[in-house]
Amino acid sequence: MPPPRSIKIPAVLESLQAITEFVTAAASTAGFSARRTGDMELVLEEAVTNVFKYANPGNPGEIEVSCCSGGGKFSIEIRDSGKEFDITGLPDPDLSQDIAERPIGGLGAYLIKKLADEVSYRRLSGFNVLTLGFKQEPEK
Amino acid sequence: MNIATKKEANALVVAVSGRMDAVTAPEFEKSIADFIAQGEKTFLINLSGLEYISSAGLRGILASAKRLKEQDGKIIFSGLQGHVKEVFAISGFQGIFKIYDSDAEGLKGI
Repeated sequence: MPPPRSIKIPAVLESLQAITEFVTAAASTAGFSARRTGDMELVLEEAVTNVFKYANPGNPGEIEVSCCSGGGKFSIEIRDSGKEFDITGLPDPDLSQDIAERPIGGLGAYLIKKLADEVSYRRLSGFNVLTLGFKQEPEK
Repeated sequence: MNIATKKEANALVVAVSGRMDAVTAPEFEKSIADFIAQGEKTFLINLSGLEYISSAGLRGILASAKRLKEQDGKIIFSGLQGHVKEVFAISGFQGIFKIYDSDAEGLKGI
């Protein structure tokens, strides 16, 4: 298995493109399909923009994104030093609500759960660590 | 993201192409808000050239739809492809919006 590669960059919206390009290039090199790489790109955007918005309001720190592949699986780890926030604990949105009832927001975490094969969160020495796993082909 | 508009008899057709992500979605929402301010009430959003949408894009669409609903306006969609179609399905947007295969069908359905 090749060593994990990582990017450490300010946790601001302007970093989004650099992060997604870094990860999708790695996934593509590892042989993942355009479709699966597209899923990763979306899940990654949802996870990192969440960090940009909520982790350190007014005082963005850095975000570190690492990825590695092996055994038909691609893993992405997102690490930030912001306040503790477990995206996996958020309730699923009510998809039956109509336009007027539907709250704005809440779909990002849901898309992460639906498109990644594995999602796990740990609070580790002052860091939020979110790990996202993708198989070559989605199970669903 | 690129936005092109075409005025039809019963709707403003807005073709959105490229990417609707956290960076570009606010631009979409602002464009629709500007058209509403100019008096447009019925929108057909053609997404056949849209390659990518994230929850930020969905948020922009929902916010625009809520604004229109308050004014008895309407927003419908056409031409969803691949990834965009899948994201609409997962998030339940297929159930709350009218989605047509083509602009012609959409304009007929208004």
